[in-house]
Amino acid sequence: MFNPFTDYTLQNVMIGAALIGVISGVLGAFAVLRRESLLGDTLSHAALPGVCIGFMIAGARAMTPIMAGALATGIVAALMVVGLTRHTRLKMDAALATTLSLGFALGVVLLTWIQRQGGAAQAGLDSFLFGQAAATTRADLYPMMGLTGLAIAGVALLWKPLKLMSFDPEFAAVAGLPVHWLNRVLTAMIALAVVTGLQMVGVVLMTAMVVAPGAAARQWCGSLLGMVVMAAAFGATAGISGGLISALAPGLSTGPVVVLVAVSIALVSLLVAPRRGLIPQWWRTRHRRSHTSTDRILQTLYELAREHGDWRYRIEEGAVDAYYGMITEPQLTALADRGLVVSARHMPDEGRHWQLTDAGVAYAGERHSRRDRRAAASR
Amino acid sequence: MMSLAQPTVAILLTGVLVGVSAALLGSFLVLRGNSMLADAISHSILFGIAAAWLVSGQTSGPIQIVGAALSGVLAVYLIETLARTRRLRDDAAIGLVFPALFSIGVLLINVFARDVHLDEHTVLLGEIGFVWLDTVTLGGVEIPRATLALLVVLALDALFVLAFYKSLKLATFDPGLARALGLAPGLIFYVHLALLSGTAVAAFDAVGVVLFITFVVVPPSTAYLLTRRLSSLIGLAMLIAAASAPLGYALAVWLDVSIGGSMALATGPFLAAAYAGRRWRAWRGSGRAQSESPSA
Repeated sequence: MFNPFTDYTLQNVMIGAALIGVISGVLGAFAVLRRESLLGDTLSHAALPGVCIGFMIAGARAMTPIMAGALATGIVAALMVVGLTRHTRLKMDAALATTLSLGFALGVVLLTWIQRQGGAAQAGLDSFLFGQAAATTRADLYPMMGLTGLAIAGVALLWKPLKLMSFDPEFAAVAGLPVHWLNRVLTAMIALAVVTGLQMVGVVLMTAMVVAPGAAARQWCGSLLGMVVMAAAFGATAGISGGLISALAPGLSTGPVVVLVAVSIALVSLLVAPRRGLIPQWWRTRHRRSHTSTDRILQTLYELAREHGDWRYRIEEGAVDAYYGMITEPQLTALADRGLVVSARHMPDEGRHWQLTDAGVAYAGERHSRRDRRAAASR
Repeated sequence: MMSLAQPTVAILLTGVLVGVSAALLGSFLVLRGNSMLADAISHSILFGIAAAWLVSGQTSGPIQIVGAALSGVLAVYLIETLARTRRLRDDAAIGLVFPALFSIGVLLINVFARDVHLDEHTVLLGEIGFVWLDTVTLGGVEIPRATLALLVVLALDALFVLAFYKSLKLATFDPGLARALGLAPGLIFYVHLALLSGTAVAAFDAVGVVLFITFVVVPPSTAYLLTRRLSSLIGLAMLIAAASAPLGYALAVWLDVSIGGSMALATGPFLAAAYAGRRWRAWRGSGRAQSESPSA
């Protein structure tokens, strides 16, 4: 297939996408922990009017004024959310949704206004809706690098207070941290992440870049540092692979591809992450259940044998089945595989019988005395 | 022959219908604290619209509306399923589900609908300016297809709210009690959201899927600042939404900008006025007498 993109363009795409992934992953980790995932949604939709204002002021599609404009309207939107929640009875969700929708409406009006003036299509403003990786130039990368560096430096400087605030906001406030101020800084940094992603992911989908890497990392890591690092790695992976796919397959908007990769990473993490993953957890539950019931059956054999004063007492399989109300053959076979019981014939016309081995007596006796000790301790 | 297909009449009527039906259903959403579900639904139905178009080759018609509306219900179901695993909070679940469905929708359009009139910008932003071009004649009245669809949807919405008003009210304010009385608040919730997605699909021609959310959340939020009675909240919200359509249209004609966008934007001044009014009263109240509760 003919590849219309030079390696130079691909390089730009990859660097840019990696930057977006890192910055949105790092800040998204905090947003997810603080249950503020949808703040990114509001800030990114509200960035659209800023993009237009930046364009109108600069008179051209220059990255720096556009990003500055987006940042400015993002901050205005954040202030609006705070004002609505603090001074009225509107709740967070309504404040976020009204700000998001009014910001986006203003953006659409400004976008069409620019279009009538002299063609936003030529200016490439349309690409800010869904993102266009191929349009990324080397010059676009510098402000993106600057913002990513700024955000990482900010997180590193404020690491301790941010950590405390994310896990225990009440304690942070009691401990005398300037919680309101830190909230504003964190919101501003999330706005930085959103602004960085405008070019490639677009305003409509940037929200997923804030949520998905953080949500994925949360499944793998219990520590904040691990989570932030992992979210950055996931974000960069999604950005680079999505950016490459859309740059190589003309006609595919970049934002949706990047977002689908990021969401896939999150879903896979949800399923397979070792500790919190749904599949490992299902497997553990199943395993534990089967383990417990084999041990309980062994216990029954042990107690029966002790009752009869004969460690070699042979118990009929049918009796065990009747006692448990189920087919215990798999469990008994499993016990035999572990060398704790052996099957034996008692009388020719009777069914299969089982008896304990020495190892079985020792294992069950050990469990039995442990239970006795526990019972004694609780008494 | 009477005609509702004159451009101005058609555009205004369509805008008012979108606003009124969105505000009617949105009132319950805002009160329940689920406003962001409007965002999720309005983005997710892009997937439904694209899928319905792929299957049938049509973007309008009752089957398309129902089919696309199902994707809104699907989004809500997926969000609830993800949140139920307890591995994610519901805000993160919303933030994962709707961008994914929206992305699939955009890519379907990118790949399969390159040269057809269905493109992601129209779906996103709407083309209310063109609704009068596609008309049907009904009982001697020429009426734009999109407007007719909205009329039907509004009738369904109104029927639902009127028939289940008490249950809806109870399910909104006290889902626990509603459940105890055997009212199935979960079912009411799903029917309500299914109607909301159907309304969003019918409205996408007019204002686009993303601007639809403005009419769902802004007028009810504004009304919520002004009244505490549910019935007057709904009435006020519908009134504000209906007033925003002509205001926005005038702005759009004056500045020559997106009609859907400026109709949505026109709900903003109402919210700003209500907010300013409350702040002013709170400020005066606290200045005059400390004992007076500022939120009274």
